[in-house]
Amino acid sequence: MRYVDEYRDPEAIRALLARIEATITRPWTLMEVCGGQTHSILKFGLDEILPSRLRLIHGPGCPVCVTPLEQIDRALAIASTPGVIFCSFGDMLRVPGSQGDLLLAKARGADVRIVYSPLDAVAIARQEPSRRVVFFAVGFETTAPANAMAAHVAARDGLDNFSMLVAHVLVPPALEALLSAAGCEIQGLLAPGHVCVVTGYRDYEPIAARYRIPIVVTGFEPLDLLRGVHAAVVQLERGEARVENQYERVAGIDGNSAARRVVAEVFSVCDRKWRGLGEIPRSGYGLSPAYAGFDAERVFGLADLRVAEPTDCKSGLVLQGRLRPTQCPQFGKRCTPEHPLGATMVSSEGACAAYFHYGRTADFVAAEAGA
Amino acid sequence: MNDFEKLARLACPLPHNDDGVVQMAHGGGGRKMAQLIEQMFLPAFQSDTLAQLGDGAVVSIGSERLAFTTDTFVVQPPFFPGGDIGSLAVHGTVNDLAMCGAEPVALSLGLVLEEGFAMADLQHIVASIAAACSEIGVSVVTGDTKVVDRGKGDGIYINTSGIGRLRSGIHVGPQRAAVGDAILVSGPVGDHGIAVMAARNGIALQTELKSDSAAVLPLVRAMLDRVPTVKTMRDPTRGGLATALCEIAVSSQVGIRIDESAVPVRPEVRGACELLGFDPLYVACEGRFLAIVPAEQADAALAAVQALPAGAGARRIGEVTEKESGRVVLRTRIGSHRRLERLSGEQLPRIC
Repeated sequence: MRYVDEYRDPEAIRALLARIEATITRPWTLMEVCGGQTHSILKFGLDEILPSRLRLIHGPGCPVCVTPLEQIDRALAIASTPGVIFCSFGDMLRVPGSQGDLLLAKARGADVRIVYSPLDAVAIARQEPSRRVVFFAVGFETTAPANAMAAHVAARDGLDNFSMLVAHVLVPPALEALLSAAGCEIQGLLAPGHVCVVTGYRDYEPIAARYRIPIVVTGFEPLDLLRGVHAAVVQLERGEARVENQYERVAGIDGNSAARRVVAEVFSVCDRKWRGLGEIPRSGYGLSPAYAGFDAERVFGLADLRVAEPTDCKSGLVLQGRLRPTQCPQFGKRCTPEHPLGATMVSSEGACAAYFHYGRTADFVAAEAGA
Repeated sequence: MNDFEKLARLACPLPHNDDGVVQMAHGGGGRKMAQLIEQMFLPAFQSDTLAQLGDGAVVSIGSERLAFTTDTFVVQPPFFPGGDIGSLAVHGTVNDLAMCGAEPVALSLGLVLEEGFAMADLQHIVASIAAACSEIGVSVVTGDTKVVDRGKGDGIYINTSGIGRLRSGIHVGPQRAAVGDAILVSGPVGDHGIAVMAARNGIALQTELKSDSAAVLPLVRAMLDRVPTVKTMRDPTRGGLATALCEIAVSSQVGIRIDESAVPVRPEVRGACELLGFDPLYVACEGRFLAIVPAEQADAALAAVQALPAGAGARRIGEVTEKESGRVVLRTRIGSHRRLERLSGEQLPRIC
């Protein structure tokens, strides 16, 4: 398959691994920021074949995972309102709120629909003028343009039965929160390639300078990830700390200007609460004043809903790379994809889900490495 | 409070374990369905035969050994490239009998129709059932028809049950796989799931791909004629190849190892899976089977299947190992390893 197979080529992978081996002289700890990268690393078993001196810790780049409990509870309250059609990407449906998840709400009679594009939700609003249609707009900078376009189209077409429950978050403020925390072990970052496709990577330059760490814009295929690792290791070994792009084939320094334009039109930067990281100033998007009429929190009067994050699951630590999923005492026992304690176990970008789905227990990796 | 304690306080909610209602995943062929079977059905029915959890049951009447199986079809949409709910209902049940090592003798047909369903569509489906039966050489010998109010069904649901006669000298079962055995698959995996998905509203996926829905009986006959010592057969329907292997590994208490590069997957299935975020190893087939055979007979069994046009894509994909009992391990193209777990949640609802 073109554009995929060449980035999974066993020969090229072996050659690059040899170069990493030849470069690394000391232990280094890198964080891959994006949950999609975490899943690739585990799916392709890169953790098994990388030098043991290189430690990869998994970052907070899973939008479903960092969406706070109160936003899930708002979603459940809206979805359970008679007459509402609640549209969401599939990932969000199994994330537990205080009282069950959206799938359970659906089984109990709520009209919850999985869509593959936010514009599908707008189309439903057009087809069902007597129903209120709400789209759960979750994501990092990557999904913001498509979600912004949904609001843009709804406004253009005068659809007053469409609204969005927004839980958009931004990568750079979260990275600053992680890097400035006491005891941070991150020495280099593999920056999220798809975020940079939209935003470019100028915003990462002050972070690399301030925290003196290499930041490498990295893709998602095995060869992309190894290129990112290699570039970061070369910089670390040389004592460098700059932003470097290893995902040139899709990410440019200024990103996608059309995408940034529609985002700037529809959204404005706001403070956001992150599951696992707490409240971070200016770390998310909310609807801009011109689009406030599409804000589901206002439409349904839920802006004041506040829920404390309970204390049973350790996903806050997992999301910061401070706890490996298998180090959690609940992993695979009380916490499974069928009965998740937290979103990191159900999201397709969640670190706990990756470890569970790919059977990546500590004894398995040890056994295979020795086999 | 130190930093670590502060972080530990930022946490996730308690689980909501008491589901209270049936969810889609209870019929998805994965872990949740397995839990329902293990926790509700098996304790209620207390049947050793049922507890074997084969594709069908083997029951003895006098000296005659019969295979008996039932399957219900709710596929949406009812017409898809390469088949429809009618032919699928015949293939599914006959394949389950074939997986027991049985020759089909008779089928039952139960129809649940929704008021308002187009008579022409029903006619088309019935003709498709008849054609599939005729091709296999089996008859519908009893049936039942119910109609529900408009809006209370979804067009058409079909149940078929089948009785088959076990071939003499054949002893297959999910618990018979043993260390050293080879694992074969009869053709490329995932065609059915992706073809049905592409036929659905809401997915803008254009492909020439057709469902693999077919009776595997001719392939199974050819293989068993040549190699009667086949140990285990399974058709990888919901949950796909990975889930079927996990079920065998647990039933036989063995470890299984397969090679990613050996598993046949069509490029269009791989492409669709990349786009949709699916793993082809978990996508349903409706005209393929897995066979576990003694290693020394693997080449003969494979040759027998490959000799037929429908089996040309058959491959040897792995082996039964004693290591890691109950576990299925995939050797990736780049030489690393990962475990294959049963399907979790529902990947593609209402695929059959």
